[in-house]
Amino acid sequence: MFSLLRLAALINLLALLGVCAFLFRNGFSSLSWELISQPPRDAMTAGGVLPCMIGTALLALGALLISFPLGVASAVYLHEYAGDSAFAGYVRLGVNNLAGVPSVVFGLFGLSFFVLTCGFGISLLSGVLTLVILTLPVIISTAEEALRQVPADFRQASLALGATRSQTILRVVLPAAMPGMCTGAILGLARAAGETAAIMFTGAVFFTTKGVNSIFSPVMALPNHIYVLATSGTEIDKTMPLQYGTALLLFLLILLLNLTAVCIRDRRQSG
Amino acid sequence: MTPGSARKEQIIRLMLAGVAGCSLLFLALIMVFLFMEGLPVFRQLPVTDFLFGMEWRPTAEYPEFGIFPLIAGSAAVTLVASSLAIPLGVMTAVWLTEIAPSTLRRIFKPVIELLAALPSVVVGFFGMAVVAPRTQTFFDLDTGLNLFNAGLMLAFMSVPTICSVAEDALHSVPVSLREASLALGATRWETIIRVVIPAAFSGIGTACMLGMSRSIGETMVVLMVAGGAGIIPSSLFDPIRPMPAAIAAEIAEAPFRGEHYHALFAIGMVLFLFTLAFNLVARRITEKNRLTLN
Repeated sequence: MFSLLRLAALINLLALLGVCAFLFRNGFSSLSWELISQPPRDAMTAGGVLPCMIGTALLALGALLISFPLGVASAVYLHEYAGDSAFAGYVRLGVNNLAGVPSVVFGLFGLSFFVLTCGFGISLLSGVLTLVILTLPVIISTAEEALRQVPADFRQASLALGATRSQTILRVVLPAAMPGMCTGAILGLARAAGETAAIMFTGAVFFTTKGVNSIFSPVMALPNHIYVLATSGTEIDKTMPLQYGTALLLFLLILLLNLTAVCIRDRRQSG
Repeated sequence: MTPGSARKEQIIRLMLAGVAGCSLLFLALIMVFLFMEGLPVFRQLPVTDFLFGMEWRPTAEYPEFGIFPLIAGSAAVTLVASSLAIPLGVMTAVWLTEIAPSTLRRIFKPVIELLAALPSVVVGFFGMAVVAPRTQTFFDLDTGLNLFNAGLMLAFMSVPTICSVAEDALHSVPVSLREASLALGATRWETIIRVVIPAAFSGIGTACMLGMSRSIGETMVVLMVAGGAGIIPSSLFDPIRPMPAAIAAEIAEAPFRGEHYHALFAIGMVLFLFTLAFNLVARRITEKNRLTLN
């Protein structure tokens, strides 16, 4: 009977290993200096993915730059100030439901609100703002969890020394919760970097030769590039090595971000 | 505390409350804009014709906007994915909490988390490049991009959600319950089946609802792997066009604020309401459980 359960766990492990193995076997030969240092050439059948990497970095970091302070402030309010008030209850409900909204709906909203109503067009700015809303729930829930792990003694000791509530939070609680919050930030970054449907019609375009001059330029992005190469090329077979290479690159990026997050968390738990 | 600093504290509190309110504001904005862009389609088209219409032909000369085949596609792919992912996810969670030695558990937990973080476009690419050609030749099909393939890939994506939520639920079952059962002479297997799983049942239910919600809303996988045919599937190997795929594939070509554009936003509305319902039910189950456990 137990072997049935063991089998289920084994299937999960094998599925993940299978995906990794296929990506590595087929993509490893395409990983080259050219891939990460050149723009695409010859109707995207040769060259590299440099503009996509820049675009993804700008989108994900830009989103985090806004959503991290927003998320941490929300979490501080929820955990340190609000307690079980009705307003906090509504906010928690809102965060929970925001986390469950499908990414394509975020994309629709971004298109209707940022791109059309605000008039930002398909641009880095619209993409970043859409990703801010998408990553906010991740940041808030991990930041709140980090605050929960700070012992109450810390707060009481600081208050007993005569510090005000805001001083206590700023000087004592936030530094103690920072590693946990960083874990959340990195997870949010990984989520934003791998997201496709939310930026497809808000920030990312198939191809642009112009670089990113301002926040109103459209950008190319790694996830979108994989989708475009895999589905709408005229010579899909010819771009196969590039597809595997780009997919592997994105996979490695997400893997690296997640391992960093896990390492930060584990060090804190053992320390 | 001086009156001045008390006032400062009050201001800080209000500012933080304002920031926290942003999440509510964003959710409200999403709903407002979704409905504002989606509802106009019902000016020409009765809601029942939209929901239960059998033909989705948005670009034909006389376009038809019946989304029943798309809803059926979403339902079918969610059903296939869930029937694979729920047993697999729950069984893995039981194995992790009840049986696995702690070293294995420490390796497995990050693996599950990594699985959850895999970008959907990479999973979709894997489905297209690796699974599709193999299922096509193995089952001798016209196309490898179909309901089965999409369901398989979605199952792969929703297992980690189901597994980690179910694991939390199993973990919070008090050890005393297990000990009492074992002390009464039950075997470990009987304890798991008769005591631990029933005690964690509502948490496992929440896990399943969240996993299904993820399957319904997932876009890139169904866009790349499901085949894209707007028909009601009659077999496991029919190509389908679930709701998120229709939105993502067509929104770029739909003329701005034309009927097609509004219809796609209306699909977004339906999708939003579906996932909202799933999430609220999941939350309800958790809360009910909290009441009974206390």
